[in-house]
Amino acid sequence: MYPSSPTSRHQPLLRTSSRSGYPRFIPVKYKNFYLILFTIILVGLILTGIFQFWPHSIDIREERESFSLYDVGHLEEVTVPLMSAIPDRGELECRMHSCFDPYQCQSSPNNRISVYIYPMKKYVDENSVPVMPSISREFQEVLTTIADSEYNTNDPAKACLFVPSIDLLNQNILRLRETGQVLGRLPRWNHGHHDFQLQGANHLLFNMLPGMEPDYNTALEVPRGKAILAGGGFSSWTYRPGYDVSIPVFNPFTADMELPGKPDGYSRPWLIVSAQTVIHMDFRAELDAVARDNDDVLVLDRCNDLPEGIPAHRRRCKEDRVYNYPDILQEATFCMILRGARMGQSALSDAMMAGCIPVIAIDTYVMPFSEVLDWKRAAVILREEDLPDVHNVLRRISQERITNMRRQVEFFWRSYFRSMKAITLTTLKVINDRAFRHASRSYEDWNDPTPKSGVTSPLFLPLIPTQAMGFTAVILTYDRVESLFRVITEIAKTPSLAKILVVWNNQAKAPPQGSTWPKVNKPLKVIQTTANKLSNRFHPYDEIETEAVLAIDDDIIMLTPDELEFGYEVWREFPDRLVGYPGRVHLWDNATKSWKYESEWTNDVSMVLTGAAFYHKYFGYLYSMAMPGDIKNWVDTHMNCEDIAMNFLIANVTGKAPIKVTPRKKFKCPECTNVDNLSADQSHMVERSVCINKFTDIYGMMPLKMVEHRADPVLYKDNFPEKLKRFNQVGPL
Amino acid sequence: MHAKKRYALVLFSGLLLLLFYYGGVRLLAATSAAAHHSRGAWAPAPHGGGRRPDKLGAARSYLRTFADSDDQEAADLHAESPKRRRMARSALYRNAKCRMDTCWDFSRCPPHKPFRVYIHPNAEHTDTTLGPGPQSAAYTKILEALRRSGYLAERPEDACVLVLAVDTLDRDRLSPDYVSGAAQRIQALPLWSGDGTNHLVFNIYSGTWPDYAEELGFDTGRAVLAKASFSMDKFRPGFDISIPLFAKDHPQRGGRPGDLTANTFPAATANKYLLVFKGKRYLTGIGSETRNALYHLHNGDDIILTTTCKHGKSWKSHDDGRCQQDQQEFDKYDYNTLLHNSTFCLVPRGRRLGSFRFLEALQAACIPVIEANGWELPFSEVIEWDRATITADERLLFQLPSILRAIPPEKILALRQQTQFLWETYFSSVERIVLTTLEILRDRIMSHQSRSAFIWNRPPGALAVLPEYSENLADFPFFRSPLGLPPPQGFTAVILATSPIISQSAPIYKLIKAVAMSKHAAQIVVLWNSEKPLPAKNRWPPTGIPIMVVKGQSKVSGKQMSSRFFPYDIIQTDAVLSLDEDTILNTDEVDFAFAVWESFPDRVVGYPARSHYWDEAKSRWGYTSKWTNDYSMVLTGAAFYHRYYNFLYTHWLPEEARRLVDEGDNCEDILMNFLVSHVTKLPPIKVTQKKQYKETMLQGNSKSSRWADPNHFSQRQTCMNGFVDLFGYMPLKRSQMRLDPLLFKDPVSNLRKRYRQLELV
Repeated sequence: MYPSSPTSRHQPLLRTSSRSGYPRFIPVKYKNFYLILFTIILVGLILTGIFQFWPHSIDIREERESFSLYDVGHLEEVTVPLMSAIPDRGELECRMHSCFDPYQCQSSPNNRISVYIYPMKKYVDENSVPVMPSISREFQEVLTTIADSEYNTNDPAKACLFVPSIDLLNQNILRLRETGQVLGRLPRWNHGHHDFQLQGANHLLFNMLPGMEPDYNTALEVPRGKAILAGGGFSSWTYRPGYDVSIPVFNPFTADMELPGKPDGYSRPWLIVSAQTVIHMDFRAELDAVARDNDDVLVLDRCNDLPEGIPAHRRRCKEDRVYNYPDILQEATFCMILRGARMGQSALSDAMMAGCIPVIAIDTYVMPFSEVLDWKRAAVILREEDLPDVHNVLRRISQERITNMRRQVEFFWRSYFRSMKAITLTTLKVINDRAFRHASRSYEDWNDPTPKSGVTSPLFLPLIPTQAMGFTAVILTYDRVESLFRVITEIAKTPSLAKILVVWNNQAKAPPQGSTWPKVNKPLKVIQTTANKLSNRFHPYDEIETEAVLAIDDDIIMLTPDELEFGYEVWREFPDRLVGYPGRVHLWDNATKSWKYESEWTNDVSMVLTGAAFYHKYFGYLYSMAMPGDIKNWVDTHMNCEDIAMNFLIANVTGKAPIKVTPRKKFKCPECTNVDNLSADQSHMVERSVCINKFTDIYGMMPLKMVEHRADPVLYKDNFPEKLKRFNQVGPL
Repeated sequence: MHAKKRYALVLFSGLLLLLFYYGGVRLLAATSAAAHHSRGAWAPAPHGGGRRPDKLGAARSYLRTFADSDDQEAADLHAESPKRRRMARSALYRNAKCRMDTCWDFSRCPPHKPFRVYIHPNAEHTDTTLGPGPQSAAYTKILEALRRSGYLAERPEDACVLVLAVDTLDRDRLSPDYVSGAAQRIQALPLWSGDGTNHLVFNIYSGTWPDYAEELGFDTGRAVLAKASFSMDKFRPGFDISIPLFAKDHPQRGGRPGDLTANTFPAATANKYLLVFKGKRYLTGIGSETRNALYHLHNGDDIILTTTCKHGKSWKSHDDGRCQQDQQEFDKYDYNTLLHNSTFCLVPRGRRLGSFRFLEALQAACIPVIEANGWELPFSEVIEWDRATITADERLLFQLPSILRAIPPEKILALRQQTQFLWETYFSSVERIVLTTLEILRDRIMSHQSRSAFIWNRPPGALAVLPEYSENLADFPFFRSPLGLPPPQGFTAVILATSPIISQSAPIYKLIKAVAMSKHAAQIVVLWNSEKPLPAKNRWPPTGIPIMVVKGQSKVSGKQMSSRFFPYDIIQTDAVLSLDEDTILNTDEVDFAFAVWESFPDRVVGYPARSHYWDEAKSRWGYTSKWTNDYSMVLTGAAFYHRYYNFLYTHWLPEEARRLVDEGDNCEDILMNFLVSHVTKLPPIKVTQKKQYKETMLQGNSKSSRWADPNHFSQRQTCMNGFVDLFGYMPLKRSQMRLDPLLFKDPVSNLRKRYRQLELV
């Protein structure tokens, strides 16, 4: 509608202007016409103006309120009666199971809480004096963040969490009683049905500066019933574990600053800097004493006479020397954070911004987001009494730990502290994790800096699985029935074999009749696939009831039962690895600057071929359901490299090399089905190299690990009677 | 006509204009109102989205910040001094409001002094005092675990933590183990100093029928309460410690391993049931609600939740009409079968919040589904229970099946493994429960060195990761791969020398030469345990790496054997190659073994292997050096291991274990293998060697060799059984493989092989 309006408005104008080419003289007989035309155009213009620049006068009510977010001058005025009900002061016993109503969150989809923000209104008392000051920039950011987030809902009936658009960030400027009354009058405060047992339940309040002179309570003193408080500066006594959220104190004066990053390995000249201006003089005296004894400690204070125009919060002084703040924090390894009147200190955020490891000596302070963040990895926590000893403690901290802590500090800052938006979203995530605890983020999700550098094997328990379970052999076959039958007959002799699964990939031909199959003493099952895909080999079929799977080609007949049984025994000792027979290696080709596949006799191994290899069924699941990128499709399209893909997959999730078992023996080279000509062989090798490079690109690094060992039976080739060896049919016989 | 046309045209265009603007806008408003009739205050208007950022920017510029500098920096600089504030606070926040900062006397635990625990004497009662009274079996176990913890103090003034001799485990007045007069017994103790400062009070049952309020019948004051079935309401965060409810017959040490024998995937393949419960139903009173509602979820198929009313004296009077029907279902199932064939086990609260079922499910790898609102889970300060359990809300009981069915199989795989890790690490014996409690306290006291959740919640767990060894995870053998770090570089050869060196062809010189030629060798340390003087400097073979001599313990001191595993500061590398003076090795053997160790830095990697077996006839463990198809130990006369194990050997193993070694002058290698397998739960690794080591020695080539001693062997057997006793179980694991170089004995030219010397005969 709007885009078309300018043209339609201009058309008549153009028409009149086109008249301007006519003589100035206006004939009388057109006078009326022009008058009417002019009036119509004028009316049209006025109406246009009204619609264009003031459309809300005719819009529906909600629409106007929605706009009020940005136009704080025009708010609906609500009078709060003097005797209006005041909520309880805030119950210290509240926990999620006692004060939070979970039923409200049941309609929230995808294990995600829905958050409703109350419309903003202007509250006045009976004397028409506003109850609260205008909204602050920071609180507005809180609201905007929620409104723009996936948590936002516009339907209070579907909401799980309610956020009043009442700015409680700074208690200093609040009228406590009246603000409490305003909360009590919120439509959903009493659950919409005057249930006073639940007053304030599922409401979330944000506060950063709690308490006031002289005793500075550590939690917001506005009467707030059962509302969850996201507060800065909680002490352990006011914080309700698992219910409130401890948030950092945002520093509006430094938050917009971009400190130029320090290069890696930058050596910070100061060990400890204290740059807080409002710490108790006793603390300062203790710090000064530390600084007197150690020349790598810098204790700063506010500057006394700064020239006009330089904001005080940008400078710190030590006697006559002037330092830029927060820049000076970048010059220190550790930054002291002590309490002022309040426990929550914005200096913590400043230190983190500067990559300076916070040293926190605030007894009983609840660290920001301590419910999910592991501060032991990012900060040094001391007792206030140990302050005189601080240098002793810190100078003993090793460089490695400092490096790790700093990385952690920078990660926390980046992810959870840097803006009001980050703080708000983190708060919601914390509450979301509680409401849907079974789907909560893990410790690693919260605490491991991204990109992740290390890996923990998904099979992390040191457990040697029971031998009794045995393994399932999965034979992928197309139409080499004769060879297939020989393989079945051979492997059936392996004692620990539990079941044979034949995956019939030929879509044109049905598998042979039941009676023609070899008679073996192990259960045998044929699975007919619906498409001829290599990936079918690794599918985690329900028929596989064992942990261990032996992938074997339909032409591998040279493995003895001893070798297979031994392979299984080795797999039991390394159940999270690929354990196989023929080994291969990847090499870096300096000439082409790319990876190369190598199948020659080598002293290293980084892959084993899945023409005969044991793996945990879980990896078959990962291969089928969760392989990165389009590797699976690539393999199916190219009909090659499924084994390389499996080697990459396992090495990537475990960080471990495969295990090659038993000495090399003459395998019918699985990679050279037509060994007749050398060029076919070579092109095959080229294709395998292409795979390695392609997969490396997809993973963003080379996950394969190279080792120099293989597993043999303990007594292999030892001068010992063969008949006493458990595995003697091993290797070239 | 002309004019009329014009009028008509202009009128028409005017009308069009009106209609277009007025009607159009109305229409749109109406439709948008219809579509979003319930739109709340914060909905981004569909056609207004584009406007917002500009307006926002404009708004930002005129909105105030939430605090001006005075707000943030308001400080009462002349207010109460921090010291006075602390004192006032300590006076105010005591008893129910205790925190470490206010109730704990840290001056008893200065950083330079070792952490020690003192147990009140078991004094007879006198005229003025009642004495400690009777001790239950469980409390005796706890005290025994404390005595063996290595933290025991002889005198109270050396101790940071004090533990009562009065049995406070069962404070249920109706219970037979209830110790009467506990309040008087405790209050009379001078060390209790009226309020129990720095005391650790253990309790398993508190409160009694009918309300089961968590009172202990005496004032615990400032004592840290280590209590089972702790409710969040009573729990003092960061001060109290929630411990698990354990049975009277919970083993003193060792303990049964977890029941998981295989990581079947998905777990449902092996498990018939999704969720099971078999237990009492209370019908009325506290904790009865959830159990009374369970039958709604029971489907007789994969959710088996059965209850019985038949317990207590007066169940019939409360019968709600379901009891008989419940009993029929109840009798159909066996508790243990259910436990071991289900993916999840329901752990609902009983009268108290915790139940035995919790540990039983944990051990059985049946993922506990906790329905106990307000229960502070055991060791919640350090254990992340969401990795091993599902905590559900009692109020949402009926949603449980859909929640459980939605948990992806890979998460179940992780949860089950974690149950086993937690069970075996922190819960399987009284000793482990007590040690975990102490380590939590220790972490609080050394707050700037304490172990992160990362250490507590992954194998091998915090009991085996000592912060006093290093504050860097990379220095431990367990975490390099999880941290994405390359293996550590280089090794230190530590050679134990006990016999004098007579000739220039002494085996030790050959050994030094061979080892020094390894490209990975960083230094050689000779432990000179002989009373004879050290050979002159110029007689040592020339090497490119430093040789250091440590004047070790002589035979007389009786600490000779353990001294070989002392964590000497001069050992600069993580890898230690432990050697006997008469070991014969060539450089390729050393290089290859080191390459293998780099892949397995948490294990012992060595050459000659030994095995243990269960001697049915003598019903004791046997030790064998025969050539067998498997092994469970490698001898430390030639083996690589991580130097952290030196630290554990010297500072962490029980004193008696080392005494056993030193007294017999033997078995140090068995103990080292016990230690490493105990920590890793994995076997050692044997690698190829060219010559058969030591076996030749047994024929008596070297007269001084202790291997020639006929007693030597039976002594080793005795040691092994002694160690099993000390550890409480047999930690050794068997392996059937040996690691060889890739081309070992393969039919290719020797020139292609990297480790050729291995194959020279």
